[in-house]
Amino acid sequence: MKLIKFANLLAFAIAITIGAVGCRTQHPNVIKFDEQGRPITGSGADQTAGTAGKLDTDSSIAKSADTTGIAMGNGHPGWGEEREALKADTIHFEYDSATVKPAEHSKVTAVADYLKSNSANAVKVEGHCDERGTDEYNRSLGERRAQAIRTELVKAGVDASRVDTVSFGRDRPVDTGHSDASHRKNRRGEFVVLTPPK
Amino acid sequence: MNRFYTCIISGLFITGAAIAQEEIPIPKFIEGQAKPIWLSVSGINGEALEVLQFDLYVQGFNFTNVDGAQYLISGSANGNFQGRAMDKFNKSTLVSHSYSGESLRRQVHQFADDFVSALQRKPICRTKIAFKGETRPNSEIFVADFDGQNAKKVTQDGSIVAAPSWAPGRSALYYTSYKFNHADIFHHDLTSGDRTTYALFGGSNMSPAPSPDGSKVAMILSKDGWTDLYVRSSAGGDPLRLTKSPQDESSPCWSPNNEWICFASKDAEHRVLKKISASGGQAQRIGIGGVINPTEPDWSPDGKWIAFTSQTRTFQICVVPAAGGDARVLCEGEDPSWAPNSRTLICARRGENGYVLSLLDVPTGQVKDVSRISGSNSQSQPSWAR
Repeated sequence: MKLIKFANLLAFAIAITIGAVGCRTQHPNVIKFDEQGRPITGSGADQTAGTAGKLDTDSSIAKSADTTGIAMGNGHPGWGEEREALKADTIHFEYDSATVKPAEHSKVTAVADYLKSNSANAVKVEGHCDERGTDEYNRSLGERRAQAIRTELVKAGVDASRVDTVSFGRDRPVDTGHSDASHRKNRRGEFVVLTPPK
Repeated sequence: MNRFYTCIISGLFITGAAIAQEEIPIPKFIEGQAKPIWLSVSGINGEALEVLQFDLYVQGFNFTNVDGAQYLISGSANGNFQGRAMDKFNKSTLVSHSYSGESLRRQVHQFADDFVSALQRKPICRTKIAFKGETRPNSEIFVADFDGQNAKKVTQDGSIVAAPSWAPGRSALYYTSYKFNHADIFHHDLTSGDRTTYALFGGSNMSPAPSPDGSKVAMILSKDGWTDLYVRSSAGGDPLRLTKSPQDESSPCWSPNNEWICFASKDAEHRVLKKISASGGQAQRIGIGGVINPTEPDWSPDGKWIAFTSQTRTFQICVVPAAGGDARVLCEGEDPSWAPNSRTLICARRGENGYVLSLLDVPTGQVKDVSRISGSNSQSQPSWAR
């Protein structure tokens, strides 16, 4: 009996040690930055959409999502913004949560399909929050919502470099009321279509 | 093997119970623990009296007649302000001066500063604050005197701005602006008017906090796909990633010795405050008793306290010893920022039609709203120039 207990403890200790060592050996992706703070990929700063922010291959995306998140690209400076095309696909969240609910997955699929059939365009995901939560807490939460949607789009086959994110926290409510119904409408991720500069 | 799992599961339950026990959902508003210092004022009236009473009330003084007062203040304001402060008990003169130049308001501020300096305290009445002012539906960064007077818009972005934070030296700000349709961090030199983009990484660039020595900036970035805490030289270069967690981090602030960064985070879905060495390492939780959901920490310039916002159904301003301990709930409000004297806080309080800025003397718990600020409907996210 005592021996079994000891064996359990030992297994537990080993599990913890492996976990700890595992954490320590992960390195963040090394990204260089220019003077403006924009990431430089490859040999120089590349502002074009196709090659911007060279990202993980499909197989490593799942892995990096589990460990450090999916790195962002350079974004799409100078691209046009179109807010109507994907308006119906706005995704809603539970209070204080950045989990994309199963019921919302069909919207992710619809956006992924749109991007497949409009291969020149990209998308910006805007994360928003209700007023319950402090300013900067909500700004981080909104960004995490946008990142969660981005991760789902990548899982649906969209190249990560085509998805930008931004958080507005509680600064841009669609409903300025204080009721639960207002709060529900404001906890959301909106899709803005980005079109290449003409 | 079964037993192995049982061991882990029961461990989880114990942790869960411990966390549940910490939660006290009803905030306790504690009356000021320190008594105010009583003053009597004679010969001063009108605007000068109004300014003097505001200046000293928010630093823990209160007003009574000569019999009940410890210090006697007298003066006149015929053109220039003349002020005199006496210690009633040892009959010594602390200040006796005739002020000139600038406005009457400014002269009274200087007298208030001279008086508290004579009591060996750090003066605050000629310092500046920055804040986010709503110009609905947008917002701009404003700078004003500590009492909200002489407010000036310093951005004209016609967009959203957030989280202004003073660089040391009181002449430059870092803040987030959505001018380029993303959340980017700007550095704004208020003397020259020049501003530069400081952080334009992919994703959102949020909550800039320059170190007290000005050499580094802590901030929240999502460039690597999670919202994590980073620190970077104020000259630019590669940011050092300090946290690597799928939870969101927010609102970093610095210890006065530039060694620690305190920030809001989560442990097992519970909001907590943590601190981490600015050169990296393991984050440590700051134990806070009595309140839940802490966010928006600000470390006092003397290093002793951390002020923060606790959230229940409303928001409360609290302080806790920097090493952790029981929190003291002071008043309703959000986003506290310490004055250079390490005793007065400025925060934002939800009013009828938006937010108003409020000053709070921590030892006595005395609170006073700043008067209406022209040019914006709502003021929040104050930062005190230290």
